[in-house]
Amino acid sequence: MKQLALEALDSAQRPGVTYADVRVIESRDRELGTKNGKPGQVSSDESVGIGIRVLADGCWGFAATDDLTHAGVESAAALAVDIARSSALAKKHDVTLAPEAKHEATWVSPCQIDPFTVSVEEQLSLLTAVDKELRRASGVTLAQTSMIFHRSRQVFVSSIGSVIDQTRTTSGAGFEAYSFKGDQIQKRSYPNSFGGQHQLKGYELIHEIDLLQHAPRVAEEAVWLHSADQCPEGRFDLILDGSQIGLQVHESIGHPIELDRVLGSEANYAGMSFLTLDKLNHLRYGSDLVNAVCDARIEHGPGMGTFAYDDEGVPAQSNDIIRNGQFVGYMTSRETASAIGATRSNGTMRATSWARLPLIRMTNVSLLPGEQTLDEVFAGVSHAIYMETNRSWSIDDKRYNFQFGCEIGWEIKDGKRIRMLKNPTYSGITTEFWNSCSAIANRDHWVLWGVPNCGKGQPEQVIGTGHGASPARFHNIKVGAAYAG
Amino acid sequence: MPVEILSQSQCHEYFDSIQQAAKALGVSDVEALFGAHFGALTRFANNTIHQNVAEQDRWISIRVALDHRTARATTNRFDSDSIRAAVEQALALARSAAANPDLLPLTEPSVISETKRFDAPTAAATPEHRGRAVTEAIRIVESAGQTAAGIYSTGQSIEALFNSRGVAAWHAETMAQFSITAMADDSSGWAKASAVSRESFDPLALARSAAEKARLSHDPQEIAPGRYTVILEPAAVLDLVGQIFGDFSATAVADSRSFLTDRLGKKLFGDNIQILDDVAHPLQAGVPFDGEGVGRRKLTLVEAGVPRDLAYARSSAQRAGVEPTGHGFPLPNEVGEAPLNIVIAGGSTSLDEMIASTDRGVLVTRLWYIREVDPYEKIMTGMTRDGTFLIENGRVTRGLRNFRFNQGIIELLNNVEALSPSVRASGEEAFDMVVPAMKVRGFNFTEVTRF
Repeated sequence: MKQLALEALDSAQRPGVTYADVRVIESRDRELGTKNGKPGQVSSDESVGIGIRVLADGCWGFAATDDLTHAGVESAAALAVDIARSSALAKKHDVTLAPEAKHEATWVSPCQIDPFTVSVEEQLSLLTAVDKELRRASGVTLAQTSMIFHRSRQVFVSSIGSVIDQTRTTSGAGFEAYSFKGDQIQKRSYPNSFGGQHQLKGYELIHEIDLLQHAPRVAEEAVWLHSADQCPEGRFDLILDGSQIGLQVHESIGHPIELDRVLGSEANYAGMSFLTLDKLNHLRYGSDLVNAVCDARIEHGPGMGTFAYDDEGVPAQSNDIIRNGQFVGYMTSRETASAIGATRSNGTMRATSWARLPLIRMTNVSLLPGEQTLDEVFAGVSHAIYMETNRSWSIDDKRYNFQFGCEIGWEIKDGKRIRMLKNPTYSGITTEFWNSCSAIANRDHWVLWGVPNCGKGQPEQVIGTGHGASPARFHNIKVGAAYAG
Repeated sequence: MPVEILSQSQCHEYFDSIQQAAKALGVSDVEALFGAHFGALTRFANNTIHQNVAEQDRWISIRVALDHRTARATTNRFDSDSIRAAVEQALALARSAAANPDLLPLTEPSVISETKRFDAPTAAATPEHRGRAVTEAIRIVESAGQTAAGIYSTGQSIEALFNSRGVAAWHAETMAQFSITAMADDSSGWAKASAVSRESFDPLALARSAAEKARLSHDPQEIAPGRYTVILEPAAVLDLVGQIFGDFSATAVADSRSFLTDRLGKKLFGDNIQILDDVAHPLQAGVPFDGEGVGRRKLTLVEAGVPRDLAYARSSAQRAGVEPTGHGFPLPNEVGEAPLNIVIAGGSTSLDEMIASTDRGVLVTRLWYIREVDPYEKIMTGMTRDGTFLIENGRVTRGLRNFRFNQGIIELLNNVEALSPSVRASGEEAFDMVVPAMKVRGFNFTEVTRF
């Protein structure tokens, strides 16, 4: 792979080219599932290809191909340069890149149990047992389980002399129990919706989340929701479980801090951001309790956004985003760093595959744990609504107004659950919401959640991101508007 | 790049290799889904081209079936060793899976109607062609004192399905898309088109339309959320109503996860709602066969407000005792099937006539981030975006700040007061469809955002 990458780099360095980088990626996936006791998805996928990115005449060009013959790579390199030259038709200024050192490294993500060496029989046997357990609950009308494993090895080389060989293995698994009755479809998922939990781990993740143990409770909750009261409409203190906090962070902190979005790169599709450059170091993003980081280092945890180097050869870093409620940082790239006066990219450029261009993507954007016990989060107010596990999510194209729905809610009085609530939703404005944060549970309850389906870019790239979060409480939040009127 | 990226004869040759590899392993039932794609996309923002890409990929996805077991292995390497390894992998996975009594033998050959959807100039579009069109579009928006962002993409794709029972289906298609957002100081406008031929739309006309919407929506006013008469332009109809079609699936109904569970054949929408699935419609695109190689049939999904037909894959059709409709996804899968070539019948009211007949309402260009709040009532939430206008006394009078909506689609399709002629529309929340603009009473806006 390294030789191929270096040959492609040579081929890309044509007249007018001031920078080039090449990624050769070999990837492997396994996807398994069951539905109502029968096999569902049973598949594997292997892919290899090369992506060549060049700066020529001051503009970007990118071409990717699965044709790894000498002629195929030459053709792709030539196309990348042609494309860059056509970009110059509408050039306003030359692209400049923040300096970056040359890096030579090999990195393999921690993986205690290689999921591809665990037999498919064993994996399907576990899913089938979980599926059976879900269907033991009378009233469950649909049981689904899934596992997904992914490994990719990427060799990155660039014209500044970097040669970086990285291998990442991710695992994910989860289940869903549906219950249809009368005029309602209710659903419960574990450990989270979006196919469960996803991390940069091997098969040890599957052991840790213990699907089988949680199946009976989750299945019963799906059925019990039919007997639950509708979530009331009004303003309440709101407590969210860690997985929902993770998605709230993703949508209302992670996306707004993408500097390419702030600068307009996504204006036609994913949108822009309310975090205009004047807000850096000036905006009160949240209450004093709110501290958020963007951290791709393995020290932060085995997240979907953990790596050693990003896809333009910048080492993984940890950066403060919100410090004691104050907005202090964006996610940047070599091209955008100078827009905030930075002299170096903070290393967040990622691509979904060899066929796609690296973009600024969330790495692990995490809400740091607070100091309160879970009991203190719940008992800190006399009356609250607690919501668990995301069911719907939506936010405007500048990331101000959001609305989330969860699978299950509970009315809380004096720290105790007094009744189950169905169809809970809440909504708000990003900065008002984070400024209303009144408690965050401590590290004992902090989990690095994986969101496997973050979309951005044209052509669209769907990538996994990490979000560390623990349960948290918010004051005076609008609840239930989605079902009102 | 070659005009034909994966020919029918090449697929035949590769399938021969696959069959030989399968036979050597004692497997007689084998199916191969071939795919190939060459696409290029020129992306612009801040009145300049900032991302400009091309990609070429081909893949073979091999499925074996034995003893009511099946599994799939996919590779993008076409050499004989890789093909053999993929067959071995599919077989190993299938042997590991439990038997599924619902699994049917591979599809027998049947008549598949041909749909001609390959446009040579679109396949051959160069970076320079896209760059020049984008430069001109930017110039139009820039000359209005605004900032342009968008894409111009062109590409071709091949999809083919061969199996050991003799199915040999092959389809080539081109697709071009142009999308543009024009941004003024406190407002924006948007326009998008897609077609098999790049000559079917005019990027410059789209640029002018986006710029005009941005101009008209300047200094947007905030009005209280509530129930309003709305006029949804075709892209807004597509993105919102398009959320329901995954439920027109026999498997989804059997799983009780469709809003049509217990509602088929009952009056659900207004009399003026007629919806077809028709791959052969002249404004449609897409493959005329499904993931098992069954030819797609025309479906009457909704007739005079009554849900009628469902899409059936082969296994769901057998369970129901009907013929498959050619809408199945590649096996194995959990979701079964779905209609993918939606045509919502239009009416005769122009957009201007809808506006002229509205005393007070909201004109919506585009919707964004639409997600399902309630799966049985089909309540959807989302935002308006890039051109939301107040209508007063039959005229568009000013731009509005964007709304969040929480709107049931069943309710919406009961409140349609007028329909425009249908057009091919393209949005970002659902696949492209043929849809009209709709005038809808009592649309539920629940919140207003800050812009």
